Amino acid sequence: MSAQRPAVPGVPPRAFRSMLRNEIRLAFRNPRGLIVGLGLPLVLMVVFGSRAKFQAPEAQFGGLSLFDVYLPIIYVFAISAISLINLPNPLATYREHGILRRLSTTPLPTSWVLLAQLTINVALAVLALVLLVLISHFGFGFPAPQDALAFVVTSVLSLAALCALGFVVAAIAPTGSGAYVIGAGVFVVLMFFAGLWLPRVWMPALLLNISNYTPLGATVQSFTSALGGAFPPLWALLTLAVWAVAGTLVALRIFRWD
Amino acid sequence: MGASGSAVEIAHLRKTYGALTAVDDISFTVAEGEIFGILGPNGAGKTTTVECAVGLRTPDSGTIRLLGLDPQSDREQIHEIVGVQLQASAQPAKLRVREILDMYSSFYRQPADIGELTEALGLTSKLGDYYKSLSGGQRQRLSVALALIGRPKIAVLDEMTTGLDPQARHDVWDLIKGVRAHGTTLLLVTHFMEEAEHLCDRVALLDRGRVVAVDSPDGLAGRAAGSRRLRFTPSAPFDDALLTALPDVEQVEHEGPHLVVTGRGDLLNDVVLTLAQVNVRAQDLSFVSSTLEDAFLRLTGHHLDEHGKETRS
Repeated sequence: MSAQRPAVPGVPPRAFRSMLRNEIRLAFRNPRGLIVGLGLPLVLMVVFGSRAKFQAPEAQFGGLSLFDVYLPIIYVFAISAISLINLPNPLATYREHGILRRLSTTPLPTSWVLLAQLTINVALAVLALVLLVLISHFGFGFPAPQDALAFVVTSVLSLAALCALGFVVAAIAPTGSGAYVIGAGVFVVLMFFAGLWLPRVWMPALLLNISNYTPLGATVQSFTSALGGAFPPLWALLTLAVWAVAGTLVALRIFRWD
Repeated sequence: MGASGSAVEIAHLRKTYGALTAVDDISFTVAEGEIFGILGPNGAGKTTTVECAVGLRTPDSGTIRLLGLDPQSDREQIHEIVGVQLQASAQPAKLRVREILDMYSSFYRQPADIGELTEALGLTSKLGDYYKSLSGGQRQRLSVALALIGRPKIAVLDEMTTGLDPQARHDVWDLIKGVRAHGTTLLLVTHFMEEAEHLCDRVALLDRGRVVAVDSPDGLAGRAAGSRRLRFTPSAPFDDALLTALPDVEQVEHEGPHLVVTGRGDLLNDVVLTLAQVNVRAQDLSFVSSTLEDAFLRLTGHHLDEHGKETRS
């Protein structure tokens, strides 16, 4: 997935900029996405980072500190809240209120409406990751990701998988509030497999195995590798790629404009 | 485009939703620069017809051409030349009126002047307001503005004055006349008789998915000219059959305590004399001249403002 704009003859390019500008205004005027996707992860980071004992290596985490274990989980919290809860809501709301239908009678290609949401949410997710990396490093002395390329590759693949799922939520949700409920439900389930309540190092083998094949389990594994200076295992990146492709295909198939 | 000079050509349009036939067999042609009304009761197939015309719905059969273009296969060109106002379509609650207008204006290569449009629609003082704070009438006027903002060759407006007060309605009518003066063809869906009579060059009367008649409003009213309507309150109850048996009487209807008799010829004398024979007096007697409403009643056997309900005929 990319935020590139397809060339359509006849439609002024300013149409996309103009729509994007309005969507950015709406993102600030309905700041739930900013609060859940940016604010909450930053608070979590401060809570974990400010306690010295959370930064001490522990045998029960295989020599890692609690902060080491939870830092990748905070990253995925941010990007999945943005992709699964913030991204689908405007689209489902627009369908509910006939806005998508009205837009489909203008020269604006309907796919641009999806691209505008994708652009905004990817930008928001990148901003969240950058802020979290900077604060963990300069605020709490946590080393920057040892393998920067692996960190970027993980972020891109994970966002592709999560945004694709976000579009699936937008496709099946009948209303805007329905999109919140479904998106939050998917978020909670996926965050469980990410290890929010039970870190992956404590998961029994079967659960860990399931977790490996979920988008967030694979993402946490990849972030953990990247932070420690290792390239993520191929299975984790493949898992994310498969979710991205499958999610996109399903979303394209079932998305309705009215 | 439009070699024949017609802006809209619809032939044998048919659209069903499951077991429901919304549009059975509809054909009409709208000339370039014409204001054409589609009039009919709820459920007559008006909205389905225009939604097929602008490409929002795929017809089961029949052909539609807008300036020679097919709404299904020439989608992109259609969207550039056709402006649409839909029923029940909203805008994001927290966008300001100016922001919505700016965005829709950016979709078109030669948009209309936002200042002029909002001035004509009385929205200028609302440009800085959030959509959610607009009244129903203001939202309605905004949606008319959005339909016209691309300087469309054809504007399709579905119930454009529903929810407007009489003053705002007349303002919108004036705007529509101005838009037509610039060469735009207008296809209006309405169930307001007055709107059709005031604004439309020609009107298609729709009933149960079919075109009942296409004519000018005057021409349609003229079709009912031979018929007359009496409205009165009988001084005592009597059997309707007394009147329906008369050769000139076509229909007898009860409206609360009132009776409405439709018929031809010397209706007034026939009715009054017949009632006198059974000692019933026709009180508060009024004679209603024929209108588009009468034409509709006469052509379909039921009233325009009824919601698909049957009447005795």
